[in-house]
Amino acid sequence: MQKKLILDSNLLSITLDRLCQQLIEIHDDFEDSVILGMQPRGVFLADIIHEKLEAAIGKKIHYGQLDTTFYRDDFRRRETPVAANSTNVPFIIEEKNVILIDDVLYTGRSVRAALDAMIAFGRPKKVELLTMVNRKYTRELPIEADYVGIEVNTMDSQKVLVELEAQGHKSNKIWLINKEEK
Amino acid sequence: MSRLSQKHLLGIKNINREDIELIFETAASFKEVINRPIKKVPSLRDITIANVFFENSTRTKLSFELAEKRLSADVVNFSSSNSSVKKGETLLDTVNNILAMKVDMVVMRHSSPGAPHFLAKHIDANIVNAGDGTHEHPTQALLDTFSIYQRHGSLEGLKVAIIGDILHSRVALSNIFALKKLGAEVMVCGPNTLLPKYISSLDIKVELDVRKALQWCDVANVLRIQLERQHIKYFPSLREYSLYYGINKKLLDSLDKQITIMHPGPINRGVELNSDVADSDHAIILEQVENGVAVRMAVLYLLAGVQ
Repeated sequence: MQKKLILDSNLLSITLDRLCQQLIEIHDDFEDSVILGMQPRGVFLADIIHEKLEAAIGKKIHYGQLDTTFYRDDFRRRETPVAANSTNVPFIIEEKNVILIDDVLYTGRSVRAALDAMIAFGRPKKVELLTMVNRKYTRELPIEADYVGIEVNTMDSQKVLVELEAQGHKSNKIWLINKEEK
Repeated sequence: MSRLSQKHLLGIKNINREDIELIFETAASFKEVINRPIKKVPSLRDITIANVFFENSTRTKLSFELAEKRLSADVVNFSSSNSSVKKGETLLDTVNNILAMKVDMVVMRHSSPGAPHFLAKHIDANIVNAGDGTHEHPTQALLDTFSIYQRHGSLEGLKVAIIGDILHSRVALSNIFALKKLGAEVMVCGPNTLLPKYISSLDIKVELDVRKALQWCDVANVLRIQLERQHIKYFPSLREYSLYYGINKKLLDSLDKQITIMHPGPINRGVELNSDVADSDHAIILEQVENGVAVRMAVLYLLAGVQ
């Protein structure tokens, strides 16, 4: 299978704007809402969304980065262990509406681990999930996103590759590739 | 990500720099975890760890136990003082009996150098050496070097003096190996009688004058006088040792620079360190204790990932 572009820079920008508008519709001035970007790749998207939201509503929004490495249920079953990334949640999420942000929703295991990791910072009132790419029919756990950039039908042999300028790429693009292809 | 190259942590001599750096990276993440309101993660919830202590220990055992519990491991404790070792059971039999109860990892302290190496050859579980006689104490060296790394940002080119009872110290040997692997310059300083004969073979500086050692170094790791291991007199009196090798504020103030003071504990206050130094801004002794839990969490976590 050829490397297939599923979101180019222009469409990705429009999608991000649309996701931010959806968030504002639900969370209004974000008085009781916080954003948590999921390490490692979700934080790049979360950075952009956080910046756009603050610019749109004209006030600061609590924003943290959450690492789920120590909460994964497949740590001893993987070929190579996942490297731990930093967690930075300098606020209590007790009774807050938490928006978890990740780039790709695949099996749902990262999100399950994130829910577990998040509890260390308090008991949230409500948790929502935002993902840029929702890989359909691949879920291993009953987890779905509240806000989705794009839905794609994928097979196990395929991989979604998110390239962002913030990660050092020339432009923002999202590809669908075969796993063996780089 | 790379994984640890070894199944056991028996000493620092045989692990490589990449392993140490991986442990540091992981320990930094665990340090963040243990400063959260909820200090526990579920990483090792399917692992059982036996703390097998054939020799007394307070802080190392406590630190390991905390690390294990914060990783959600199941923990069993064994000490030889109230065990069948007193009835003549061998080390291997004792540990095999513990392993028959489906234990995955063994953290062992033993008075005989090489005891954990012997065990590693005979059993399947991951083994962590928590101190073998006067040989090695790898997790202490890792937490010491991690503490220096966190304070100074790097160990490359840093001058570290290990001061005190080098002869009876397992901390000294592991520290020397770790510091050298990470690019630090190392000096040992103490009375001639407390320096082992092999010390010159380790390619490090040796100094008998503590003032000169302090003048030279950026970091002074001051070791405890191990009175319990001294079966003959190595120096005339504690008072004399304190006069010649004790570090006090006056001595530090006379230096033209600020140095970092470390001590693995427990401190003989007024002997190797005066309280005005141990409780000063120079000292990172309590940081070492905190880092000890984080580093041990990292070691156990990473070893559990090596099948």
